[in-house]
Amino acid sequence: MELIDGYPASMRESIAMVERTRPARLGQTFPAMSLEERRALLLGHHPDYQADAKRPLSFGPSKGLLLNHELADLFEARPLVRPNLDLSKIDADVDLLVIGGGGAGTVAAIWAVQSGLDPARVLIATKLRHGDSNSTMAQGGIQAADRPEDSPVQHFLDVMGGGHFTNRPDLVRALVSDAPLIIQWHERLGVMYDKDSQGRFVENPGGGTSRNRMHSARDYTGLEIMRVLRDEARNLGIRVVEFAPAIELVCDETGAVAGAVLLNLETRRYHIVRAAATVLTTGGLGRVHIQRFPTTNHYGATGDGLVLAYRVGAELVDLDAVQYHPTGAAFPAQMAGLLITEKVRGLGAQPLNRLGEQFVFPLEPRDVEAAAFIRECGERGLGVPTPHGICGVWLDAPMVDLIHGPGTIRNALPAMYRMYTRFGIDMTRDPILVFPTLHYQNGGVAADEHGATSVPGLFVAGEVMGGIHGKNRLMGNSLLDFNVFGRRAGIAAAHYARAHRPGRLSLAHVAEYERMLREAGIETARTAPRILPDYRGKEALERYLDVPV
Amino acid sequence: MSEPATLVTMELMGKEYRVPSGLTILAAIEYAGYKLVRGVGCRGGFCGACPTLYRREGSHRIFTALACQTLVEDGMCLVQMPFVPVPTKPYDLHSITPQPTTLLRFFPEIAGCVACNTCTRACPQGLPVMDYIQAALRGDIERVAMLSFDCIACGICSSRCPADIKHYAVGLLARRIYGKYLVPSSENLALRVSAIESGRYDAELRELMELPLAELRARYEQRSFEAVADQNGDYSATRRYNSPMDPVDYQDELEGV
Repeated sequence: MELIDGYPASMRESIAMVERTRPARLGQTFPAMSLEERRALLLGHHPDYQADAKRPLSFGPSKGLLLNHELADLFEARPLVRPNLDLSKIDADVDLLVIGGGGAGTVAAIWAVQSGLDPARVLIATKLRHGDSNSTMAQGGIQAADRPEDSPVQHFLDVMGGGHFTNRPDLVRALVSDAPLIIQWHERLGVMYDKDSQGRFVENPGGGTSRNRMHSARDYTGLEIMRVLRDEARNLGIRVVEFAPAIELVCDETGAVAGAVLLNLETRRYHIVRAAATVLTTGGLGRVHIQRFPTTNHYGATGDGLVLAYRVGAELVDLDAVQYHPTGAAFPAQMAGLLITEKVRGLGAQPLNRLGEQFVFPLEPRDVEAAAFIRECGERGLGVPTPHGICGVWLDAPMVDLIHGPGTIRNALPAMYRMYTRFGIDMTRDPILVFPTLHYQNGGVAADEHGATSVPGLFVAGEVMGGIHGKNRLMGNSLLDFNVFGRRAGIAAAHYARAHRPGRLSLAHVAEYERMLREAGIETARTAPRILPDYRGKEALERYLDVPV
Repeated sequence: MSEPATLVTMELMGKEYRVPSGLTILAAIEYAGYKLVRGVGCRGGFCGACPTLYRREGSHRIFTALACQTLVEDGMCLVQMPFVPVPTKPYDLHSITPQPTTLLRFFPEIAGCVACNTCTRACPQGLPVMDYIQAALRGDIERVAMLSFDCIACGICSSRCPADIKHYAVGLLARRIYGKYLVPSSENLALRVSAIESGRYDAELRELMELPLAELRARYEQRSFEAVADQNGDYSATRRYNSPMDPVDYQDELEGV
């Protein structure tokens, strides 16, 4: 296929229209929607509201919860270990086990040590490498109301409205009240946020925010936070075991969680960990590819923690809603689904249809923005077709340099610029093509404001925890969420660990789960947790390039 | 619907596979039948888990790349590096007093840099790695922080270095020192933290939490919006950080990247 500076001739025709309308569009923004207009758009076009995509969970404490089929499949699956697994030989005996070495897990471990636990008796077990996580991939920023024009109260309103008022208010209060404390903690850890010469943060707007409160570190915000946290954890001497995902929690005879069975992915051996307290920080589920969407998520995001928690009796909340990020890359095919940070729109780039026209306010909450893109490409037929078959809408990236001065893209969005350059596209000169991509698990395991679940000994934090964002998360609240609730869960788990000694280990809950599966009439060869997706052979092609096989 | 892809031959760890052109190296390895555990992470160029060494037909050079960000080529002979060991001695950032010799004290091996520039040539992010090591040697912490900022710690530089330098660890320490000690802390932030700790917002938040849904929705719809206009003081994205202390203009170097 012949490409002209990265795009085929067919797409170049549409780019010419974008360029023609650009001068008139500068300083002229499509108006925002009312709550009623948002509702109508979501019902008509958002994937979460498609009735046939879901089925109710058929057993257990959250029986009846509507889940996408791909997610329901995870729960209606057999455990990987048998209930009679020998638990008599304990490989590690610790005060705190943290399952998941992304942002939430690392923050929880650090704060557990700050709260007095011996770092040699804190263990982080993680599926891939320490820090391989969606946290690292977060680009745009982290919210905190710290300017005089802003307040935690204003932040609270934005979060509740963005989540369509389905959020748990006590969790939202914790989120917005702790936000400035977290940024100050980061400042002391040496996180390099964008600042002016007086030390004031550079703060931009995000979708659904009424104040500019997005703190960023270029467009590597998550990477910068994660690498500092990981370094701090290492310097504190916290133990980490990599390539060792938990495949089942273990309980004691009282039903309290008391550790986990880990699987060494290289030797295929089980490791039994006994722990006085356990924090589950396994992240999200993008690699389950709900409704066949591509995803921004990292390779290990298979929703394992949801399954582990459900098997010991924890409740789930808001899992019927998953977040499709409006701006996943739609072209070139090799980038399909990768995240294009919302910061591009925060800096002024407008979404446009095939004719170069605006059709939506650029910074609606994510679900609304995504639904508008889907409507433009579907019902309205004004999307931009690509040679690999999918449609997208333009994001007029060159506007960023026109508004903020030449060089802004290269310096404020270096990751985006670098990625497009690798595939032959110069986003300072040409618009980029985007379409919604599976991004975030809005709901998760239900917990209180200290991350404590209804099961004694089990705490959760980060993406696996539900209730904070209700049915829709705003940009910049996930980096915030894992810090706020990672810290709270770490502190609470440390207190719990000091007061409790685990009893005799048991997998009785696994037998009980198998019984519930049988009673619900579920006969399946599926197993869960899934651990890693399988992209061998034809799947690799379907994910990356549409070629006949 | 797209035209049938042409097949190319890639040699993966000594075995030949025919794979469609247009795939990333990562997808080509999966197409060939591997279910990866090592050598794969975020799949989006942010985590540094997929460093790859390869040679091309007709070239004597060893090339390096991230498997998720590079297209497979005909005649590529490649292997993935599962891990580059870069262990560092623990330090306590909170008790460091930054001085020109600080980086050299923690990483004395940087004095062995022979300025061969192999690290820079190997960096899949295109960073001027050797330049920041030289800056570290001169004690210019800010410059190290700026030039190394986009580092994803894949470790390829360290695997190729004849002086056994732990480049990404040097950059990380420099950035943490810079962020903690060399940039002023935010006064607004400190004020807000003490306001929160003194309970200034407790009553208002509690009031919102207890509002009936209809009233909360009304408050949301009526909330005021801040103008999107530039509120950002003298910050300039193109000048990055406006440091009061650094007379060196590293901008030319960045522009050249």
